[in-house]
Amino acid sequence: MDFTSNFIVQLINGIALGSTYALIALGYTMVYGIIMLINFAHGEIYMVGAFVGLALVTIFKVHIIIAFLGAMLFCMLMAVSIEIIAYRPLRRSKRLAALISAIGISIILSNLVNLLVGPKPQTFPSIEKILFEIKSFDLIAGAQINTLQILLIIVSAILMIGLQYIVKRTKVGKAMRATSQDYDTAALMGINVNRIISYTFAIGSALAGAGGVLVGIYFGVVKYNMGMLPGMKAFTAAVLGGIGSIPGAMFGGIILGVIEMMTVAIGFSSYRDAIAFGILILVLLIKPTGLFGKQIFKKV
Amino acid sequence: MLSIQDIHVKYGAIRAVMGISFEVKAGEIVALIGANGAGKTTSLRSISGLVKPEQGKIFYNDIELTSMPAHKIVEMGISQVPEGRRVFPLMSVLENLEMGAFTRKDKNKIKDDMKKIFQRFPRLEERKNQLAGTLSGGEQQMLAIGRALMSNPKLLLMDEPSMGLAPMLVQEIFKIIREINSEGTTILLVEQNARMALSIANRAYVLETGQVAISGEAKEMAENKEVQKAYLGL
Ligand SMILES: Nc1ncnc2c1ncn2[C@@H]1O[C@H](COP(=O)(O)OP(=O)(O)O)[C@@H](O)[C@H]1O
Ligand SMILES: [Mg+2]
Repeated sequence: MDFTSNFIVQLINGIALGSTYALIALGYTMVYGIIMLINFAHGEIYMVGAFVGLALVTIFKVHIIIAFLGAMLFCMLMAVSIEIIAYRPLRRSKRLAALISAIGISIILSNLVNLLVGPKPQTFPSIEKILFEIKSFDLIAGAQINTLQILLIIVSAILMIGLQYIVKRTKVGKAMRATSQDYDTAALMGINVNRIISYTFAIGSALAGAGGVLVGIYFGVVKYNMGMLPGMKAFTAAVLGGIGSIPGAMFGGIILGVIEMMTVAIGFSSYRDAIAFGILILVLLIKPTGLFGKQIFKKV
Repeated sequence: MLSIQDIHVKYGAIRAVMGISFEVKAGEIVALIGANGAGKTTSLRSISGLVKPEQGKIFYNDIELTSMPAHKIVEMGISQVPEGRRVFPLMSVLENLEMGAFTRKDKNKIKDDMKKIFQRFPRLEERKNQLAGTLSGGEQQMLAIGRALMSNPKLLLMDEPSMGLAPMLVQEIFKIIREINSEGTTILLVEQNARMALSIANRAYVLETGQVAISGEAKEMAENKEVQKAYLGL
């Protein structure tokens, strides 16, 4: 394989990986947008999503599509409960209190899964057995893309377009935006602010659950601590795009995935994580509002 | 229609309202006037359910509002134009108006009401796709009023709608308040501009440090020596 071909292959890998970062990053950014909390448990919600998907496919023998939707639903309900139990009582306290609570939830979830299934990686049934045979297609310069990558990218794209539709066009989505701009005034419109915050957690976490199952299918293994690193990278992606910005999280995720795989392409694969977090530090130093940061109007 | 009975409100240790009572009858314009920090905004926030009085009661047509959540109070037919306008800056004019109609389900009537608002404020229609944060102060005030009207309120609470506006616009806003009232909406108006407020109100209450100091018919209040000295600069 020559350089161009390798470049294209890694670009595709980067977009696929970046799509999963984007799915997770959306939850960080939505929750931050509405309650100004960096939800440290979000990476673990993604991990739980992957395990729920695995359990549904292997133990309950349901179709992968049902397992996918089931994992999304489970993550929704779990995140809504977490918000009510662990964050809502702290909403009027200092922000650090809720942050610590989130870290606590993150530790509880990863340890709970460790306890239930053990620390060994669990293999996800191969997509070839449960959905379709993986075929590869030739692109230019001898580079190839396979059906699994196409699946991952398309499903992520559909979810993100769906999210954009909800947020831009539906009544709930508009209420989410209004609430994220001004709680009191949102309440004066007749918006049930608590309910809208629940919806936000539900939607963000459904996306993380979807991401978990997709990653399970794509990489073939899931593990109790798999939420940690992608969680932090997705957070980086959200900051890179501009925390609070939904398009920012989408592009930030893709850009980060591509940069990471490009690092691999030029032969620095052992530095891929360092590069990702280097970007986080650079963004925070140079442009804390990120690529799509929109601090034009001050928050009331 | 609205009856505030001896409410007390605290923010932490700060006592903002200390035993205020007043009434608003259907069809009236009632003015609440008083210096900065007198407790006017806090009184409106209590009615809307944004703060909970620690003592006292609020009734709306014999239904107790005191412990009702804010979003339910809007459903009862009470909406508010908050102090400082508080439009949603990152949403368009149209979306801001839609938010005003959040509790309603009658799609066709909402459309009609939106048309009426655009007739009343043609500037808003010209700018309907513009972000509310980019509007001028006067336009934002019109949007805040339009948005509050979109819930089709029976009682409209207005908190200093003339604040920070040029004299021409102040006139315009007061004209609009009178029109809204003559079309059947009861109004509770908080104002620093006491002269203008008294000129359009039926009755008025003067608040001083969290209590009602003087109250009565607006016309009589405008002639009251104390009120003239303290609030009308005469
Ligand atoms: N959020 C708040 N936290 C603490 N104190 C407040 C808050 N809002 C108002 N206050 C205090 O409550 C008192 C009444 O304020 P307010 O109701 O805003 O008066 P007005 O609208 O008449 O100017 C003032 O002393 C003010 O400083
Ligand atoms: Mg005030």
